[in-house]
Amino acid sequence: MTDTARTQASKARAMKRLRKRRAADGRFRYYGLSAILTALGALAVLIFTIGSQALSAATYHVVNYDITLDPAVIAPEGAGRPEDISRNVEGFYGLVRDNLIATFPEAAKDRASRREVADFVTRLAVLPTAQMVAEQPELVGTRITLTAPLNDDLDLYLKGQGVRERKLGVGAIAAIKGEVEGGYRVTGAGAFDAVVAALAVAAADLPADAAEPGVLLTAGPSTGRLTEISAGSGHLELLTGNIKDFARLQSKARLIVALESERTISDQQIAWTLALKDMGRIERVPRKTLLTNSDSTYPELAGGLAAIVGSLLTMLVTALVAMPIGIFAAVYLEEFAPKNRVTEFIEVNINNLAAVPSIVFGLLGAALYINFLGMPRSAPLVGGLVLALMTFPVVIIASRAALKAVPPSVRSGALAVGASQMQTVFHHVVPLAAPGILTGAILGMARALGESAPLLLIGMVAFVGDVPRSPTDESTVMPVLIFSWSNNAERAWEPLTSAMIIVLLAFLLLMNGLVVFLRRKYERRW
Amino acid sequence: MDWLLIALIAVFGSSAFFLGRMRAERLLMSTAGRMHSRPNYHGYYVAMWATVPVLAIALSYAVFGEMLTRGQLARELPSSFSRLSPAELQSYLDSVRLAAGSAASAGADRVFEAITNRYLELRGLVNAGTLVILGLVAAFGIVWGQSRLKSDFRARALVENGMELVLFLCAGVAIATTAGIVLSLLYESLQFFQKVSAWDFLTGTRWNAQTEAEFGALPLFFGTFMIALIAMLVAAPIGLFSAIFLSEYASQTARAWIKPILEILAGIPTVVYGFFALLVVAPGIRSAAIWINETAIQLGLASEPILAAQPTSALAAGLVMGIMIIPFVSSLSDDVINAVPQTLRDAAFALGATKSETVQQVVVPAALPGIIAALLLAVSRAIGETMIVVMAAGKSARISMDPTSDLTTITVQIVSLMTGETGFDDPKTLSAFALGLVLFTVTLAFNVVALRVVKKYREKYD
Amino acid sequence: MDTSQGNPMMDDSITPQPTKDGGPRIDCRNIKVFYGQAEAIHDVSMSFPDRAVTALIGPSGCGKSTFLRCLNRMNDTIENCRVEGKILMDGEDINDADVDPVLLRSRVGMVFQKPNPFPKSIYDNIAYGPRIHGLANGREDLDAIVEKSLRRAGLWEEVKDRLSAPGTGLSGGQQQRLCIARAIAVQPEVILMDEPCSALDPIATARIEELIDELRNRYCIVIVTHSMQQAARVSQRTAFFHLGNLVEMGDTGQIFTNPREKRTEDYITGRFG
Repeated sequence: MTDTARTQASKARAMKRLRKRRAADGRFRYYGLSAILTALGALAVLIFTIGSQALSAATYHVVNYDITLDPAVIAPEGAGRPEDISRNVEGFYGLVRDNLIATFPEAAKDRASRREVADFVTRLAVLPTAQMVAEQPELVGTRITLTAPLNDDLDLYLKGQGVRERKLGVGAIAAIKGEVEGGYRVTGAGAFDAVVAALAVAAADLPADAAEPGVLLTAGPSTGRLTEISAGSGHLELLTGNIKDFARLQSKARLIVALESERTISDQQIAWTLALKDMGRIERVPRKTLLTNSDSTYPELAGGLAAIVGSLLTMLVTALVAMPIGIFAAVYLEEFAPKNRVTEFIEVNINNLAAVPSIVFGLLGAALYINFLGMPRSAPLVGGLVLALMTFPVVIIASRAALKAVPPSVRSGALAVGASQMQTVFHHVVPLAAPGILTGAILGMARALGESAPLLLIGMVAFVGDVPRSPTDESTVMPVLIFSWSNNAERAWEPLTSAMIIVLLAFLLLMNGLVVFLRRKYERRW
Repeated sequence: MDWLLIALIAVFGSSAFFLGRMRAERLLMSTAGRMHSRPNYHGYYVAMWATVPVLAIALSYAVFGEMLTRGQLARELPSSFSRLSPAELQSYLDSVRLAAGSAASAGADRVFEAITNRYLELRGLVNAGTLVILGLVAAFGIVWGQSRLKSDFRARALVENGMELVLFLCAGVAIATTAGIVLSLLYESLQFFQKVSAWDFLTGTRWNAQTEAEFGALPLFFGTFMIALIAMLVAAPIGLFSAIFLSEYASQTARAWIKPILEILAGIPTVVYGFFALLVVAPGIRSAAIWINETAIQLGLASEPILAAQPTSALAAGLVMGIMIIPFVSSLSDDVINAVPQTLRDAAFALGATKSETVQQVVVPAALPGIIAALLLAVSRAIGETMIVVMAAGKSARISMDPTSDLTTITVQIVSLMTGETGFDDPKTLSAFALGLVLFTVTLAFNVVALRVVKKYREKYD
Repeated sequence: MDTSQGNPMMDDSITPQPTKDGGPRIDCRNIKVFYGQAEAIHDVSMSFPDRAVTALIGPSGCGKSTFLRCLNRMNDTIENCRVEGKILMDGEDINDADVDPVLLRSRVGMVFQKPNPFPKSIYDNIAYGPRIHGLANGREDLDAIVEKSLRRAGLWEEVKDRLSAPGTGLSGGQQQRLCIARAIAVQPEVILMDEPCSALDPIATARIEELIDELRNRYCIVIVTHSMQQAARVSQRTAFFHLGNLVEMGDTGQIFTNPREKRTEDYITGRFG
């Protein structure tokens, strides 16, 4: 074989090999790309699920009650002082319940109905109004509009997140006839075609022995339970309102698959809620209480104010302890420390402390501060000290990096004009490193703000209904509140917890934004 | 009292400063020559004498004041109290202290009221004594400091030495913290090991601390290991490939966008990840496991469910923990990969290596020690992570290879043991410290090895 | 047929392929290089003869290294670096879209300013290239390539007893010869050298220069150097670059004794640079 032929053969081999290598190269790049996309995708899913939940909790439904502040109820004989009024929850609550019963006379018929209507509003929801009246006693005897949040389950129902239902169109109802055993026979040619079809679909999905889904028929403020449905007629049991509405107004049917006994809200409550909505007494408003109320056992009343204040107090303690200690320690290690074993040991210690699991600091706090020094449990003071121990290594590491970045020429310049080393450091080096030190400190604080595990161990997980006023008061913090809320069983806590997470993330974003701003503004490279 | 002390120290300090500076200024006028130090430093010097000893006294008051009061009160208590155990006595004294703090002690029984009053008396005595000593020491400090001032007095050097000592003590807090951790964990653990043998604790397979006082921690170690393993199976490949892609393939603009976004992932509090695991991942895994069970039975592959399909599971916690650790792995690996000198890459390219060959055969092997260190640090973090497992891993101490069953970990048990209302002499509480000791030792070992490797690696390429 | 199974490396007659008439191995036409918006090389045309050493000289930052890196498309690895113009190698433009830079670089080897052995053994350093390009059939073959390359780089006698020792443990001059051996091992036709002696002491430099002189018989060599003495010693052709322009190119003797351009003369006589 000639040389050229041989080279040609080896060239072909090389080309074949090259194609394989190129394919491997492409695969490798694709692995990298999919790794990044996986990470970003996980972040997107996390933000999206929590964000969308939070969005639904950002507003809630409130009900307006026009009530007359009857002095006999609000300020009875011997209990007319403002502090009595502000504590008279039963009185105000009674007015609200009476108002509901006046609106829905059928609610008065038995104890069960009275309880159902009473569920619309929790007792504590009237407290702000009671306090307002206590401050303005001249309101007693007048007519006011009391606004209170709707029961959390009904709130979810109105948002379409609680009980699942299908809304169906209904044809015109031609005739309504009272029936002997109670209820009415409603008829109209093909009026319930859509309902019959939907029921057939629902039945196909359900096991054979399951009960038939419930159907509610609504016309304006009136609602009834529809049974014995055929295309042209059905039996209607009026739950609330006036039967004539069904002849007069366009009706709508709601198909609810979940059995009434398995739901948190009854057909009757749904009927009343729809009626209130039709009367324009239910409004969807921003949930300001998330930031102005403290914790509560009722989701519709719960807010994060106490935890936000608790977090701020805790951070205050952490900052006051961790920042000076961290910065001074960094200055010592970077500018003064002789290179010896003690210094080296300190450095190893700092690097290790930054990697010790946070919960270990919680154990330290419980043993040292609470058991040994007898400091109060659940207090921001102790929480802040625990977080300070956790944060100061981070501050030291960041500060040292910032100090290291200051060029030696600055130091020699200052020393050359006769400044002492201490003067050199504090007049020249530290001010130049200040932005870097500050950003490091803020990042450390941001980490501390999101920390919860060590605080659980020193009792900051307790239910705190009052806003703490000093660092020794019982308190909780935002991340721990999120943890507590996520443990609650009721469905309404989920969006609320998400909303609180968004509040916490907003704080963190603010701190990180500050860091970015400081870096942009002051960062310099030598 | 606390605020009073702080205010007093501030007053002592500032008045000493002004006194010292005035004296130094007078000295400056009277002597024709130059003084060694500026008057301000003389002021600082006197202030140092006025505040440092006082501060020490105030601190010891804060630590021991209450103890002193209680000790005296306990000695004076009627003999009927000698029946109480130390813990009961402590909690009784706690209630006395609480009652003394609030004005409304009405309605309590007379003995209690008398003790409370005596407590207030004693505390007043201790407070008064502290204040007197404080004042004397401060006055003496000012006088002594003043007497030292002369025109050639080296006030600045002394003040700076004092300052340097303060700086050194701040750095020493690191050692004190580590010592505090080690001592508190050891002290409480030793108490625990007097009640339960260390061998039984480390090798026992039954953990039932809450109800039956069974302290075999092996299932906890297993759960911790299992969840950390799942987390690393997620985080190691994704984090590593992300780092490689970012440092070797991505354009400058892509890097400028993606890196901060990954850092967001690192900045999200763990409780948020825990909520995410509880809300989305755990239910998802459960339905997937149920579907697998049903399909397997339908296909005749199994006669009964093969997966536990529990509402909280090791897999859910591990997956989410893995996501949390991704940025940790990627940013550490990114650093070490970037530290590999460009000349090595150039050498490989110049030989005709493709990008992936360069990365796989030159860059990654060169960065390997650093990458291993990053993974070790990540494992240490996975082992010590608390909130995600508390919320999504479950509480049953069992050894099961099924990732859809709920497992418990060291950290979960520490939290559940420490959040109850039990005293510090209860074995339940003490066992939390024994677990903490194990956790600390293991993570410390990982950290020390990893940090050492990183340090070596840095030296190699610096 | 008899030797087709054997390694081409073993057969000196086929590597490298000489051009028929000893004419230019590489022919560059109107090369411009941009970093972002900034033009670093302005319209340079020149050619490199086979079996000869061409030296690129000029003051720091004149673009000679950048130009060198065009010849094996190393500039591809630098973000926002763009090359315009034609670089013909055996009549084929190496910047063509269908030319694979990986294949190109196996034909155009490169030695860098600082010796950069991989943190692997001496053996693996040499064997790396043949492995990725699949040049060896089996272990003995690879051993032979390693030995041959080390011999050609004049390093064999010094390292033959410690082939498994790390390459980073050698002295600077040895490391650089190792890098040359590594480049030779992939059977290039052209070897680019970017100031190969700038990090070495005079004795190591002398050894490398000797080596370059030996290699000249087999390869087309392009060397960037700061040292005019070195250029005069090792090269047959010399090109003088200044501020991204090719000022003058000619036989080395002519450039150093009788430059046509004033700038060349000023540089050679040390008036600037």
